[in-house]
Amino acid sequence: MKFIPLIWVNLKRKKMRTMLTIGSFAVALFLFGLLTVIHSAFSHQVKIAGADRLVVRNRISLIMPLPISYKQRLAQVSGVKSVTFGSWFGGVYQTERNFFPQFAIDSETYLSIFSEYSVAPEQWELFMKDRQGCLIGEGLIERFGWKIGDRIPIQGTIFPGLWEFNICGIFKGKTPESDTKQFWFHYKYLDERDSSTKGLVGWYYVQLSDPSQADRIAQTIDEMFANSPYETATETEKAFAAGFLKQMGNIQFVLICIGSVIFFTLLLITGSNMAIAVRERTNEIAVMKTLGFSGIRILFLILAESIIYAFVGGTIGLGLCKLYTLQGDPTNGMLIIFELSHAYIALGLGISAMVGFLAGIIPSCLAMRLNIVDAMRRI
Amino acid sequence: MNEIKENQTKSLIQVRNLSKTYKRGNEKIEVLKNLNLDINQGEFVSFMGPSGSGKTTLLNLLGGLDVPTSGSVRIGDAEITSLSGKQLTSWRARHVGFIFQLYNLIPVLTAFQNVELPLLLTKLSKQDRKKHVEAALSIVGLGNRMHHYPRQLSGGQEQRVAIARAIVSDPSFLLCDEPTGDLDRSSANEILDLLSRLIQEFSKTILMVTHDPIAAERSKKVLHLEKGVLIEAQNKD
Ligand SMILES: Nc1ncnc2c1ncn2[C@@H]1O[C@H](COP(=O)(O)OP(=O)(O)OP(=O)(O)O)[C@@H](O)[C@H]1O
Ligand SMILES: [Mg+2]
Repeated sequence: MKFIPLIWVNLKRKKMRTMLTIGSFAVALFLFGLLTVIHSAFSHQVKIAGADRLVVRNRISLIMPLPISYKQRLAQVSGVKSVTFGSWFGGVYQTERNFFPQFAIDSETYLSIFSEYSVAPEQWELFMKDRQGCLIGEGLIERFGWKIGDRIPIQGTIFPGLWEFNICGIFKGKTPESDTKQFWFHYKYLDERDSSTKGLVGWYYVQLSDPSQADRIAQTIDEMFANSPYETATETEKAFAAGFLKQMGNIQFVLICIGSVIFFTLLLITGSNMAIAVRERTNEIAVMKTLGFSGIRILFLILAESIIYAFVGGTIGLGLCKLYTLQGDPTNGMLIIFELSHAYIALGLGISAMVGFLAGIIPSCLAMRLNIVDAMRRI
Repeated sequence: MNEIKENQTKSLIQVRNLSKTYKRGNEKIEVLKNLNLDINQGEFVSFMGPSGSGKTTLLNLLGGLDVPTSGSVRIGDAEITSLSGKQLTSWRARHVGFIFQLYNLIPVLTAFQNVELPLLLTKLSKQDRKKHVEAALSIVGLGNRMHHYPRQLSGGQEQRVAIARAIVSDPSFLLCDEPTGDLDRSSANEILDLLSRLIQEFSKTILMVTHDPIAAERSKKVLHLEKGVLIEAQNKD
């Protein structure tokens, strides 16, 4: 405790350098925070995927359809509890910037499988009665100021023409993690109006009675449709979500690369600052050792200095990043979640302290081993 | 009773056959050759000699900053040549006060903090440290400059702070390497007066290297270091 003033005067000694070093940490950790925000958003999909659900898609590609007749056949596979399906609509509301996912769903079965969502009974009833009805996720409803009863025009892209929907209700997620930034409407409406894709659906979801049988059942399903015009690829929802992420490029790898470059640069900046600081103080360190300060004590004083830089800078950077995320998602909901988690704050501070330690360790070891007599002669 | 008597006759510093050789490439420089020296408690001894004669080297060996090539240095009851680096460090903190030609104060610390520095290594409480620091600074006549930084002080005042720092932990002896070398005559005299006072009032033991004959005159004993050996020049006893 009584050595704190010694560390403090060293921090105050070159104020500009101290601020720039702390600033480097702040900028780096702010960037780190943003990277983890993006990473969390992307991996969120994988995390929330149901463990007891399989996704059945066209073997060739996700964008290729499957026949609606598969529903019956999937339901007959032993171990399958229920089956539902959906299609990607991909329409544009006003402008392309307003992107949000629209799914044509098999209304009768969808909620029984996606039990993490709920809709108020009277709204559900309204929806089931209205051929052009749609349900809006609670995470999406406020974005455009929509309310129940509104009529929403959406320009089709895959399915041409202008499509109009009536908002019948709002679906809610039962847990905060659920993705409620979606738009659901009746597959029936799509199928009736669009002739080009009649009798085809985007994908199936299959719910299992026993999740541990997932691999076996997936294999059975794929074998069942082998050598047909529509071969399938079946995997757990988790694997599906992860695979979907991979298609978007190896985000994680890119993030790790960027993160490493940031921290490596930071290490070089801080390391050289610490080396300069120790060089400037060679004589003082020799004097302190003469007075009886041990090498280890000197080492701790200098190491403390660089770890303080790291901690203060890191806290500022992550703090600003947290504030930034609290302002809301700047992509207008393209990311499912936009938040800096506590775990990543802790990780950021940990890495930051580590960089501080590494940056300080070589200069402080040199100071620890400094020979008094040689150092005194040099002046 | 007998033991105490013996201790009294035994000198504080006893140097036997001390040699220090530096190697520069293949060349060996014998700076100190089989040097013997006895200094009693309360003595004021000056070392003179041409530049490069090994005066600083000798002080470094006596202060445990450097290790000899051979020979023995016994100070009080400790044979410091056989102490480990770590032991030497804590021995220095307890037994030696250093005063340098260029003061060597820490520029970012106030006079008070500079003097407090050696006490940080002791178990003294903050209150006690404050008492000791104030006492040391008032002995050197700087009680009213405690919160000045070195750059706000004159050379003579800086050296007085350095002396306060050297005496604050009440060491066995003081080693001064040209303490007046960077000062004008009157400041130098003030420093010498102060050192004399430390001998008279506080019975300190002082070893001082100097080029200045006037400074050397203040001491009881002047030793000349030439070609690695000591020659006693005068003894005012
Ligand atoms: N690390 C070293 N390596 C080689 N030679 C050294 C080393 N340190 C000191 N010397 C040599 O030892 C000799 C004595 O040096 P020292 O500093 O003790 O002299 P000095 O009497 O204090 O001189 P001055 O009056 O100039 O301060 C010099 O010749 C010096 O060059
Ligand atoms: Mg010298």
